[in-house]
Amino acid sequence: MDHIAQGIDLVVQDVTVAYNNGHVALHDASFSLNPGTICALVGVNGSGKSTLFKAIMGFVRPVRGTVRIAGDPVKAAHKKNWVAYVPQSEDVDWSFPVSVWDVVLMGRYGYMNFLRIPGAQDKRLAMESLERVKMTEFKDRQIGELSGGQKKRVFLARALAQQGRIILLDEPFTGVDFKTEGAIIALLRELRDDGHIILVSTHNLGTVPEFCDQVVMINRTVLAFGPTETTFTEENLALAFGGALRHLRLDHTDVPGAERNELVVLTDDEGALVVGAGGRLERRKARNDDQKAGSEP
Amino acid sequence: MTRIFEPFQYGFMIEALLVAALIGAVCAVLSCYLVLEGWSLMGDAISHAVLPGIVLAYIVGAPLALGAFLSGLVCAGSTGWIKTHSRVKEDTVMGIVFTGLFALGLVMFSRVQTDVHLNHILFGSLLGIERSDMIQATVTASIALCVMLALRKDLLLYCFDQNHAKVVGMNTTFLHYLLLSVLSATIVAALQAVGIILTVAMLITPGCIAYLISDRFDRMLLIAVISAVFSALVGTYVSYFLDGATGSCIVLTQALLFVLAMVLAPKHGLLAARRIARASPVTVDLP
Repeated sequence: MDHIAQGIDLVVQDVTVAYNNGHVALHDASFSLNPGTICALVGVNGSGKSTLFKAIMGFVRPVRGTVRIAGDPVKAAHKKNWVAYVPQSEDVDWSFPVSVWDVVLMGRYGYMNFLRIPGAQDKRLAMESLERVKMTEFKDRQIGELSGGQKKRVFLARALAQQGRIILLDEPFTGVDFKTEGAIIALLRELRDDGHIILVSTHNLGTVPEFCDQVVMINRTVLAFGPTETTFTEENLALAFGGALRHLRLDHTDVPGAERNELVVLTDDEGALVVGAGGRLERRKARNDDQKAGSEP
Repeated sequence: MTRIFEPFQYGFMIEALLVAALIGAVCAVLSCYLVLEGWSLMGDAISHAVLPGIVLAYIVGAPLALGAFLSGLVCAGSTGWIKTHSRVKEDTVMGIVFTGLFALGLVMFSRVQTDVHLNHILFGSLLGIERSDMIQATVTASIALCVMLALRKDLLLYCFDQNHAKVVGMNTTFLHYLLLSVLSATIVAALQAVGIILTVAMLITPGCIAYLISDRFDRMLLIAVISAVFSALVGTYVSYFLDGATGSCIVLTQALLFVLAMVLAPKHGLLAARRIARASPVTVDLP
């Protein structure tokens, strides 16, 4: 958009979150992200992914530890509109009486006066954001009248209009078709190259090596954090998911003239992760084949 | 023929019609938010729970609105507290809290000598309303209306997506209590028109009617207000000939409008649904 986002970093340090009933959802979680990265947040349900998101959004206050955005506490960062949030589809009331345009303008609320009357700048940025996600022609639709991928793009446009430097995405690929998934990934890459921090909470293990530079593996605490190549390994996944993963080890020795071509398919009932011989991460080239990945190596 | 115009010859009727229309409009605006936020039961709960506050305010001579407001906060606050500190679900807790407070109010009322009839509080008394009560209702309703219209976009975002509201720096806790306060104030005004028991109808029916007819919020507000004002005027007018039961007539009119909307609404009505089903060939959604 207008600007290349300047260096805003996100530092999560020793964060421990406990709820009223005494349940400790997350303890001693630490990681830090520098500008210009796409980072996956991976873990089973109940592992504290959403708690970590809530801590970054300031919804829960850690009993210990801090979340700092460019050195500021989260509340100050929100006042500057630095954090944008793209909700999970299930968390949105799609019958709500608002249009695509209304939703994108909501991204500008933090910049408007208390009556929230959009100015020329707000309208221009909202329009540009819609163009960028190719949703201009659906501007006046009620949000429930859109396909899964279009719905996702509307909320991405809202994050763009907000000009957030840190964009949190909750399960961005559920209910999204194959083509849109590619379009969303392309857009996230552009944003990364502009210097944004993109933090993606996902079950879709198969897409992680494809577009994430870094990975945070989480189960009540940060189990592993680092570049995807070295962190998103079979061992770490086994650690994070335990028995929750389907683990298929396929050993194709029937290929004439080939060496042992071992292939491991890890799946959490969403996009599968395919690990080739020697722990090499297979990027999904034939992306729509991921359900059948085992049959045709 | 003259009998049709007879009600308009009386000053008290004109006043009752105007007050009913104003209260209807305020409730209608609020009802749009309550319906979208899923606070219908909250409206019912608080409208009952205000009774002890009203009696208490009467005893100490404070404005009834203040008592109702505090009572409403106690209801909402204790519901939230019990929910987070026990395994009982919110709607159940709410049921216990508001009936408890309502019963407390009835007991207190029976021990206090007042010149207010219990029936007036329970069922409203627009045709026999005291001038001071009418002024109080008008002022309270006007303030609630101004607050809601000024902050309508913030409240809408609060209902739609609290997470986003928070990350753009809005104070959602403040908005939560603001909506509660506006709800309590509106209930105080609505009590004059329809009484405690039927207040919840004023607080949800217009919003429901509008929600069926439109899927844009600004249009929804307009439709809710029009249907509520229409119901208030028709109900009050008809009740003149029945010699009372004004509140019931208003609520009944709203209920009839709701049924009409449900059948005839252009997109979400029963007839429209049938037309759409007939027009499109049978398709099966494959996952």
